[in-house]
Amino acid sequence: MVDITPADGIPPAEVAEVELYHPHSWWTKYVFSQDAKVIAIQYSATATGIGLVALVLSWLMRLQLGFPGTFDFITPEAYYQFITMHGMIMVIYLLTALFLGGFGNYLIPLMVGARDMVFPYVNMLSYWIYLLAVLVLVSSFFAPGGPTGAGWTLYPPQAIMSGTPGGQDWGIILMLSSLILFIIGFTMGGLNYVVTVLQGRTRGMTMMRLPLTVWGIFTATVMALLAFPALFVACVMMLLDRALGTSFFMPAISEMGEQLQHNGGSPILFQHLFWFFGHPEVYIVALPAFGIVSDLISTHARKNIFGYRMMVWAIVGIGALSFVVWAHHMYVSGMDPYFGFFFATTTLIIAVPTAIKVYNWVLTLWRGDIHLTVPMLFALAFIVTFVNGGLTGLFLGNVVVDVPLSDTMFVVAHFHMVMGVAPILVVFGAIYHWYPKVTGRMLDEMLGRFHFWVTFLGAYLIFFPMHYLGLMGVPRRYAELTDMTIMTESAHHLNSFISIMAFIVGFAQMVFLFNLIWSIRHGREAGGNPWRATTLEWQTPHTPPTHGNFGKDLPIVYRWPYDYSVPGAKEDFIPQNMPGTFGPSREPA
Amino acid sequence: MSVILVFLLVIAGFAGWWLSHQRLTAKPWLEQGLAGDFVGLDRSALPTAKIGLGVFLAVVGCLFSLFTSAYFMRMGLSDWRPLPLPRLLWLNTGVLVLSSIALQCAVVAARNGQIDMVRLGLATAGLTALAFLIGQLMAWRQMTDDGYLLSSNPANSFFYLITGMHGLHILGGLVGLGRTTVGAWNGARPERLRLGVELCAMYWHFLLLVWLAIFALLAGWAATFIDICRQLLT
Repeated sequence: MVDITPADGIPPAEVAEVELYHPHSWWTKYVFSQDAKVIAIQYSATATGIGLVALVLSWLMRLQLGFPGTFDFITPEAYYQFITMHGMIMVIYLLTALFLGGFGNYLIPLMVGARDMVFPYVNMLSYWIYLLAVLVLVSSFFAPGGPTGAGWTLYPPQAIMSGTPGGQDWGIILMLSSLILFIIGFTMGGLNYVVTVLQGRTRGMTMMRLPLTVWGIFTATVMALLAFPALFVACVMMLLDRALGTSFFMPAISEMGEQLQHNGGSPILFQHLFWFFGHPEVYIVALPAFGIVSDLISTHARKNIFGYRMMVWAIVGIGALSFVVWAHHMYVSGMDPYFGFFFATTTLIIAVPTAIKVYNWVLTLWRGDIHLTVPMLFALAFIVTFVNGGLTGLFLGNVVVDVPLSDTMFVVAHFHMVMGVAPILVVFGAIYHWYPKVTGRMLDEMLGRFHFWVTFLGAYLIFFPMHYLGLMGVPRRYAELTDMTIMTESAHHLNSFISIMAFIVGFAQMVFLFNLIWSIRHGREAGGNPWRATTLEWQTPHTPPTHGNFGKDLPIVYRWPYDYSVPGAKEDFIPQNMPGTFGPSREPA
Repeated sequence: MSVILVFLLVIAGFAGWWLSHQRLTAKPWLEQGLAGDFVGLDRSALPTAKIGLGVFLAVVGCLFSLFTSAYFMRMGLSDWRPLPLPRLLWLNTGVLVLSSIALQCAVVAARNGQIDMVRLGLATAGLTALAFLIGQLMAWRQMTDDGYLLSSNPANSFFYLITGMHGLHILGGLVGLGRTTVGAWNGARPERLRLGVELCAMYWHFLLLVWLAIFALLAGWAATFIDICRQLLT
């Protein structure tokens, strides 16, 4: 080990004090709070609330698919509304908001050793605009005509025509307005996350000493800041098409024998803009998950992360590559074969850095002192699920395989595995891991294990059979599957089975919610560092951390975040802020 | 989508340059002690607010690059009829340039501690920016009077959309400029005032640049320029 403490001793920490806003009333402390930790909890609670709506919507869809014709209130129109809102809520209002707004707000300042975000006021605004976006979204359920049923991709021309639910009513307008608000709010928060990582790091915390969680959230936020404008542009232009009769996306089209006033627009242009946002979005959700899972595995296997540098490079590499693959969502829209070849190639190349990460997680586990805690169980389940979903991605990345599979349940199975179940498993793992820091108490272990096994096995039983349905040719997006020759009796049975599993998994989430609420008061006292972890958030003087995070003096960082089981050290972990040199003396190669 | 890809390439180049200064090849598991004392590894010496504004401008640049990309893609379709731009836009451009110059003067004055000149610069910049916005509205009025309505042709739609979006950004900037101006009159701390003026100037220059780019785009010079480049390449 090399001691790189300067010879003339440690200079005093000359980190400029952040001008902390000190709340004066209950309102400014808990409601209009500028404390990133409170904002994080507000973000998480709102995202969870709207996520529950999306969960119920998925149940309703499964009722229709599993038991067609049984439930009269699920008309085809209603089915399309459910599918649209489920997709949009889960991808944007739940996962993006939870990973970046929730975990980002809570963990970034604590992990980099800052007192708060650099622009706390803007950070507060970010949450309130997000809440407004959610309220506008929810209001569309009560608007005349109901929410939009255009599919979560909102493809024109159908999205704004009268045949689509909400197309000529309020639904699509509220959807687009809500997205525009979300993007404005997110940009405010995103600026904070990025600039706090750049400028808020405490003394000694170099970029290469950041926990991988921060690297993941940081890179994902940079991507989101650059990708969301594409969705913004698409939404504004579609809003003009719908409200003011422009023809950005709308071709000349007649509806029920009547010629509409639109003329000459390009639906493909919308698809380019949408997927220019949409593909990076996959990694905006995945990269924080990658980062968090690295920390969970290292901490609970009591072993340093394997290949830290490679992990960082892979995160950055995936982030950059994900901007040049968007058209693989558009193979079936028709394109020049050379373009298809280009996008298939870039898509498959992403498998390289992703595989590096998977190997490194597995190698971190190799001969580690694995503690099968609940967070670790979720982390392990993530690796399996992500590999599974990633492999089907290699199928779909090829044009010739994608074209026949694109409109089948195979795609539903693929993206739910890779960007639905996998990140959600990390969300759960992360909540079990950091809940003791947020509340000071542990979540109940037995309920946690129940929640884990039902969720993990159940999610597999839901989505794995969908691959087979897809290979049989069962189409996605169809509200009625009864009268098709493809739908054999066994396919029907499989569909009913999937629906029942969906209800069971959904029920397990209620157990989880109960655990979250019950443990606030009745959980076991956690102490400051129950997992014996090295990163700074576990070294705060108070648990839960108070406003300002670190008491009088900011911590000084002397080492990387993965000093677990260092030979010669007294304990099997060395906190990042512990001075001194440990381990066998070794020169860097 | 080539415009946005070129823009992202520039951003990627910048990010790559920054990352290359972060010792990405370090072996943090072998280093104990205060690695932060290596030069340039800590936070940047620039004020945090400036870095924040820089990141925000990257997002704004991204937004306008995407509008430009969409413009070029839509332009290739058959129903596109280019529109004659009102000559008023030249005057507006001049006014916006004046606004930027006034703010630059305010920056110089703030660095020299001449509070009166700062006030003069800020006020001039604010008024000229307002004049620019009014000028843009008058240009819109002229267009509609001449029958170039929003929805009658995609070229018109893009004209209103892009100029409107730029105007909204100026309007947002005026809020910041207003706060700085009020501070200049109410005796804000000199270093704080200086930072505020510099931030305003940075934002103003950027929006001027964006305006020049979209003016060239809407007038059709950008398309001509790209055609020439394409011919040179082939």
